[in-house]
This record gives sequence, C-alpha cells and structure tokens, in this order.
Amino acid sequence: MKAARSVVPGPGRSGTGLRGRLALAVRAGRRSPKLIAGTAILSLFAFVTAFGPLLAPDNPSADSQQILSGPSLHHLLGTTYSGQDVLSELLTGTRTTILAAVVAALLAELISVAIGVTAGYLGGLPGEGLSAVANVVLVLPVLPLEIILAAYFPNLDWLGVALIIAITSWPFNARVLRAQTLSMRRRPFVDAARSAGEPNWRIIATVIVPNLRAVILTGLLFNLLFATLVQTSLAFLGIGNVTDWSWGTMFYWIENAQASLRGAWWWYVPPGLCIGLFGLGLGLVNLGLDEHLNPRLRRLRRPAAARRRARSLPIPAALAGDDRPEAGLASR
Amino acid sequence: MRFLAKRIGFYVLAAWAAVSLNFLIPHFLPGGPVEAALSRFQGQLSAQAATALAAEFGLGAHQGFLPQYWHYLDDVVHGNLGVSFTYFPEPVSTVIGQSLPWTVVMVGLAIIIAWCLGTLIGIVMGARRGSWIDGLLPGAAFIRGLPQFWIGLLAVGFLAIKLGWFPASGGYSASLATPSFTVAFIGSAIQHAILPVLCIVAGSMVGNMILMRNMMVTTLAEEYVQAAEAKGLPRSRVMFAYAARNAILPSVVSFALELGFTVSGALLVEEIFSYPGIGFVLFQAIGNEDYPLMQGIFLIITLAVLGANIVADLTLSVLDPRTRSGEDAR
Repeated sequence: MKAARSVVPGPGRSGTGLRGRLALAVRAGRRSPKLIAGTAILSLFAFVTAFGPLLAPDNPSADSQQILSGPSLHHLLGTTYSGQDVLSELLTGTRTTILAAVVAALLAELISVAIGVTAGYLGGLPGEGLSAVANVVLVLPVLPLEIILAAYFPNLDWLGVALIIAITSWPFNARVLRAQTLSMRRRPFVDAARSAGEPNWRIIATVIVPNLRAVILTGLLFNLLFATLVQTSLAFLGIGNVTDWSWGTMFYWIENAQASLRGAWWWYVPPGLCIGLFGLGLGLVNLGLDEHLNPRLRRLRRPAAARRRARSLPIPAALAGDDRPEAGLASR
Repeated sequence: MRFLAKRIGFYVLAAWAAVSLNFLIPHFLPGGPVEAALSRFQGQLSAQAATALAAEFGLGAHQGFLPQYWHYLDDVVHGNLGVSFTYFPEPVSTVIGQSLPWTVVMVGLAIIIAWCLGTLIGIVMGARRGSWIDGLLPGAAFIRGLPQFWIGLLAVGFLAIKLGWFPASGGYSASLATPSFTVAFIGSAIQHAILPVLCIVAGSMVGNMILMRNMMVTTLAEEYVQAAEAKGLPRSRVMFAYAARNAILPSVVSFALELGFTVSGALLVEEIFSYPGIGFVLFQAIGNEDYPLMQGIFLIITLAVLGANIVADLTLSVLDPRTRSGEDAR
C-alpha cells in the first residue's frame, strides 16, 4: 500500500502517524480494487523472492532419471530434459529475476532523474545537450546494444546484467522527466526558491523532485517490467551465466532442449506465466494510480458529476499528454 | 520543413553515435574474449582481414587509436564489417545480407499490422469507455507484460505441434532446396510466416492499444469534440475525424520511440521459429562468440530502426500541422 499512500492528494496527506496513513491507504485502496489486486500480486512475488529457495522441494540443479515427465505428485510441475524439478527451478529463479529487476529499475530511474531533471531545469545549451544524448541512446535498439556490451564479460552474474540494463534503459523516463521539469521550471514556487537564493542542486532536490514523485513512481513501475523482460530475453539468448537460475535461464535450457517441439508444456509455460503475472501486478498498480490521478480514466458511474470533476482538476501532463510513461510499458 | 531538417540532422548524429559506439565498446571493454575467439582462426585469416579485425576490436598495438578509428570508419562506409567466425570464411556483410530480407519483410509487416490493429481497437475502446470493454484492461495489462518469444513458444507447442495447423520452424519448406521467386516457394514462405507474424502482432499490439484508448478518453472530453457532438454530426465522424485524428499523434511518436525495443522482441521470435532472419543469426553469433557478427548485427539493426524512424517522422509531419510551423511537437 506504500504506493497508494505516497500519491494521496489533499489535506489527508497530513494525517498524522502510521495509523492515520494506513487508514488513508485503505480508503484509497477501497476506491480502487485494481490497486489492491496489484499490490497483492506484487507482495506474492516479494514473498517468493525472499523465501523461494527455501520453499523449493528439490535442488534445482540436481539431475534425475525422470526425464521430461509431466506434472505429478512427486514433481508438481514436472521435470526438465535432464530430470530437474521445474517447480524448484522456478522458485529459486524468482529471487535472481526479481532482484536483478529491482536493482536495474532503481538504478535506471536514478539516472533518469539525474539527467532528465537536470536537462529540464538547466535548459539552454547544456539542457539541449543532455536531452540529445538521451534521445540518441533511446533510438538505439536496446537488446543488440546490451548484447554487444555483455558479450565482453563471459559469465556475467545477475548484478552485472542489472547494471548493463540500467545504463541502457534510462532515456525513456529521462525524456518524460525533462518535459515535466520544463513545465515546472517557471512556476511561482520554483521562482520563490530561486529568489530565496537556494543553490540549483537544492532546488532540484527539495522542490522539483518531490513534485515529480507520481511521475517517478510510474517510471519505476515501468522500469521493473522492462528490466524483467530485457533480462529474461538476454538470458534466453545465453548472455550471462546460464547455470545461475532465473526465469530467463530456464528459457535458455528450454530452447536448448527444444521443449516446445517435444510437447513439454509444463516446462515452458510456468516461467512465462510468472512474467505475465508480475507484469499484471505492475500494470494493475499503475492503472490504479492512474485513475487516482486522472479521473477521466475512471469508470463513469455518475457521468455528469464525473465530468464536472474532470474539468476542474488539473491533470498532470505526463499522465494525460504525449509523454505518457505508460506508453512505454506498452510494446516494450 | 525545419522540423524534418532538424530530425534528419538528429538521425545523422544518432547513426554516427551508433557507428562510434560499435567501435568504442570493444576498445574499452576487456579484449580477452575476442582474442580467445580469434585465436581459433589463427593462420586461416587473410592478412587484410586480420588488420581489419585488429582495427575494429583494438587488437595489436601497431596502430594508434585514431588511425584504427579511421580504418574502421573506412571499412564501415565500404560495407566491410569483417569476417564471421560462425560462417567462416563468409564476410559478415554477406551473412547479414542473406538474412536481412527475411527479417525486413516478416518483422516489418508484423509491426505495421500490430500498430494499425492496436490503434483501431484502441479507438473503439476509447469511444466505448465506461462499458464492459473497460473490464478487458487488466487482461491487456497481462498480455503486454508477456515476452513475445514466450508467445512464440506457446504457438509452436500448441498450434504447430499439437494441432498441426502451421509449420513449426524455418522460413520455407525444407523440400524446396533454395529460395527462388516461384509460386511454390512464395506460397511456402507465406505459410511459414503466418505464425511468427501472429505472435509478434499479439505481443506488440496491446501497448499501442492501451495508449490509444487513454488518449481517446482524454480527447473526447475536449470542448471541440463536444461541440461536434452538439452540432449533431454522425457519431463515427466525431470519433474518427475529430477525436481519433488528434488522439493518434502520441501513438505515432511512441511507435518511433519504441521501435528499437519492438524489433528486439521480434528478433527473439525468429529464434523460436528458426526463422532464417537476423534474430536467428544473432542467436548463432552469441552461441559461437562471433564478435564481428554481433557487432555487425547491432549496426544494421540500428540503421534500420533509424530509417523507420524517419518514415514515422514524415508521417507525423503530415498529421500534425505544428511540426510544419516549426514547433517541436516531439
């Protein structure tokens, strides 16, 4: 519910103490079942990330004589081509996958904020320069770029892969943040801070960035899904250490053994469903937040009232206009 | 026209950056893996190929950094991308030249279909907001989180193998020995392309659909749309000529912005289907530590994406009058 709490607008925000805040979060959640469902799904993944390897019934790397056997009581999700337990691989692999996604997402967002907000705030030639760099990196196709970076480090671990994802996937959010900062730069409250003699870095850190928190949060959700997809694709291609269990390395071995041609659906269906479910959780939280911030996207139960409200509320440009960060969640 | 001139200037800059990155990455990252891979071909390389590879990967200290960069630029301009290790002694440019047409036709078609279909469905969803159609949104969020190659695995497993509706792999029937422009060959190629195209469309359509739907919802609340409704114009005219025409602009912009990622995802689908395109070759290159081929593929894909971006910009300049008056619509 952390997500809901940080965007609750209005006087309620000053609700004191943990209890007041929790009550607010619950109220916000009740209005948005999407937020609740999304948070529940993400909590499930957080749980498996923390305890997955302990829950695994078997050693995921232990071969056995039972080759490509379907789901049974002994192996709930069947076995692989070398007789390994699919469920154990999945539970163990979740940790690496989610950890790498979280590290990559946070780091990428940090770079996005640093470059995007600075570019927007400075404006002029330095701002244009930073923005040009972001735009150039953005048009380079991510996967081939990451491949030629990663290929020079054989047996890269998950942290290395996360770093490579972070340094190649920041530009999209940087663009969004730059546009937002540009529109905020000349607002009175920023001028006030400037005329009070605050140094630039302090204005950025204490005035601009806190006002961008909804955009930054959306960006993080987007990054998490993006990083998961990219990381899975890289591992599927055989980049990094393929003996280190993750959803992506499962796909590497699946492709290696031609599991889809052999009809071993119990092997290749589960990791994909996990990615889809994780994406669904992120998407639901995103949709919930979106409706919270942009009433026009809510279901119109009372059309007239909703319309009146929609017109009187300012809509953050990032959520309504060209640079919708969710646009990226899309086909990415 | 200033808009287009500015954009083309940007693409030239981006192309130069890609070409230079392609040179800088091997120069600044550890060279051990390349030397190890190269040593397998000791004595088999011609002297000319050896110096070209040395320049591209910064091996051997007999040439300075700038002369090597110069040598490399000269090679790239002349289409000389080195020798492939996997398909030794075929040059990289030949390997790419053979696989690129497959990718351009299949992936290009799939991405265009996905964009058009996503836009159309998004318009309808936006026009009918508040109805049961909104209930499909969480399902859409689920699908857009799926990796395209996984959709490919499902398609091979269920539609091709289990039901036998489509061929499971390859770009054309194995009984036709070589590609040719005969009816039999083209028919077989189309038959083999249907399933990969469907997978790419399914995987990359949803994002644009949701964007388009949300933009429609936002645009429909604008006063000029309400004015059109009040005038009593037919509903379809209000939806398409008034709302959709304006709501589509972000969708064109995001098509261009995300093309690099969409193409990357589509390349993995090729691998699933053993489709004879660039993605399949890339998989081989990684498995065989074929550095010249990987670098060459990065370069070609980047240039292709830049080219498609220019087309998207041309479209935008037709659709959005602001670009023609010199305002930066991006």
